[in-house]
Amino acid sequence: MHKFLMYVGRRLVLLVFVFIGLSIITFTLARIVPSDPAAVYLGPHARPEQIARVRVELGLDKPVYVQYAYYLRDLIHGDLGTSIRTHRPVLKSILRFLPASLELMLTAIILALIIGILLGVISAQKENTLIDHADRLFAVTGVSLPAFWLALLFQLLFFRWLGILPLGGRIDISVSLFSPIEHITGFYVIDSLITGNWVAFKDSILHLILPGVTLAAYSTGIIMRMTRATMLEVNREDYIVAARAAGIPERTVVFKYALKNAMAPTLTTAGLAFASMLIATFFIETIFYWPGVGTYTVRSILVNDFPVIMAVTLLGALLYVLVNLVVDLILAFLDPRIRL
Amino acid sequence: MKRLFYRGGKLKEYRRSLHFFLKNPLTILGLAIVISLILISIFAPYIAPYPEQGRGISSVKDRLLPPGRERLFGTDNLGRDILSRVIFGSRVSLKAAVVVILIVVVIGTPLGVIAGYFGGKIDEVIMRMSDMVLAFPSLLLAIAIVAILGPSLMNAMIALSVPWWPWYTRLARSQTISLRERQFVEAARAVGVSNFKIMFRHILPNCLTPIIVAATLDMGYIILSLAGLGFLGLGSRPPTPDWGVMIGRGRSFILSQWWYPTFPGIAIFITVLGFNLLGDGLAEALNPKRRK
Repeated sequence: MHKFLMYVGRRLVLLVFVFIGLSIITFTLARIVPSDPAAVYLGPHARPEQIARVRVELGLDKPVYVQYAYYLRDLIHGDLGTSIRTHRPVLKSILRFLPASLELMLTAIILALIIGILLGVISAQKENTLIDHADRLFAVTGVSLPAFWLALLFQLLFFRWLGILPLGGRIDISVSLFSPIEHITGFYVIDSLITGNWVAFKDSILHLILPGVTLAAYSTGIIMRMTRATMLEVNREDYIVAARAAGIPERTVVFKYALKNAMAPTLTTAGLAFASMLIATFFIETIFYWPGVGTYTVRSILVNDFPVIMAVTLLGALLYVLVNLVVDLILAFLDPRIRL
Repeated sequence: MKRLFYRGGKLKEYRRSLHFFLKNPLTILGLAIVISLILISIFAPYIAPYPEQGRGISSVKDRLLPPGRERLFGTDNLGRDILSRVIFGSRVSLKAAVVVILIVVVIGTPLGVIAGYFGGKIDEVIMRMSDMVLAFPSLLLAIAIVAILGPSLMNAMIALSVPWWPWYTRLARSQTISLRERQFVEAARAVGVSNFKIMFRHILPNCLTPIIVAATLDMGYIILSLAGLGFLGLGSRPPTPDWGVMIGRGRSFILSQWWYPTFPGIAIFITVLGFNLLGDGLAEALNPKRRK
């Protein structure tokens, strides 16, 4: 346990350097904006002396390294700038939209992990049979479908033609009027569940299905492929062959012995899948009118709201780094060899 | 080409790979898709029923016609034949994706060879740089870059290349490290061949196999990403026939004129599927460990 804590400590120290690296990149990106940030901030009707004053206010007249120091200081104080479009602090807006996005992403990653691992195991057990081929085709389809197109097809099929699922949004307007959800965690499904609001619970789940499945498609594909590949390798290991020869039930061999050792690459892949999900939410939230960070970002991109774009890029990368860190820590916890 | 087969027995190895490659029906399907795609994009003006509409000339009197005998895929909101637009779109997608791959291979591979060959400080600097870039989810960084440079196909291609080169640097570096101590390199060094020549005439050609596999698999992902940027309005400008842009523009028509965004999407799906199947097949055939 002591060694594990040392490992955690080392990774946390490393995180500081990664954060500085990330901030240097976003700072550089913000610097190569072709137009003058002060002019952008004030809009097209600003007078030259106003621009000059704002340049001083924003510290744009200082040398680059001083500007970077200011930037870093603001970041540490949680100041990610002010949106040009809404004139509100970016961090505040992001925090307001975050629960909606997290609810969607968590749904999708859980779906992807369950379906992906299950299909991967089945595929590996039935190597080169019809089931295996069907599974693999399913996986390669998942990684080849453009998420934004799949989302549109689902709307056409399940809303327009079958009429069984809502077009978009997090909850029906009538439901939110007559059985409003109390805000506790910001996750509609959980909030309505703990307050016993069954109407809202059912409705928010119905609203989650299409965006959740669309978001999960790509990740399911890559998780399934990785699980299959590692399970095939593990299945040939001596200890598995020995376990089978000893007459241990197949289910125990597969799920207790083999899968446990196949989990490492699968979890690493899940970390990568998370990165792709982060981007996919931009498309999927926009198409399904989901009021999350993705929709907010796309709106900002369309009007060149640079502070928002930079903040989302930095926070997205930071979140990605943290997810990878958590994955690594889980792996280190499961496998003592990694800690050395 | 001869240089590829340097070490004895390599030719035989390639033949066995080819045998393996051709045995998998899914790989053949992928190959067929990719070859037809290349042919379609070359002969687009002769295949497309309305080539001038494919390039972007509108014909407002024919707007939003449903698919039928005359218009197989229907028409869009400016009366353009969607089939012709999809056919011309293959040129845009393929060309852009090939350019992105070329940029990242040409930048990433030599850096990886240099890092792996020299090791030490040079290695440290190159690898820390690539680590920093890899800390970002790639498409997120690309979106930020196009948003800053301004939307155009050219900028979308540059933006996708920036987060992508480190993958090739890592690949080439690990290959180089495994080759560095091989006898043919030692021999070259012993007879006084310069470092530069060893790196680029002896080591680099031997790194190419995994790089070609990675590039084939990446083609699919880059076509998807380019389409995504187009969908957001950060890629090609209209009237360029770009599949992603067509879906983005056709998005609001999905419930009433479903054919407008549907057919360009099918084109993206089949194209990406083709490259993924081909790449998987190549990876499996060329990796002896995977074909037990």
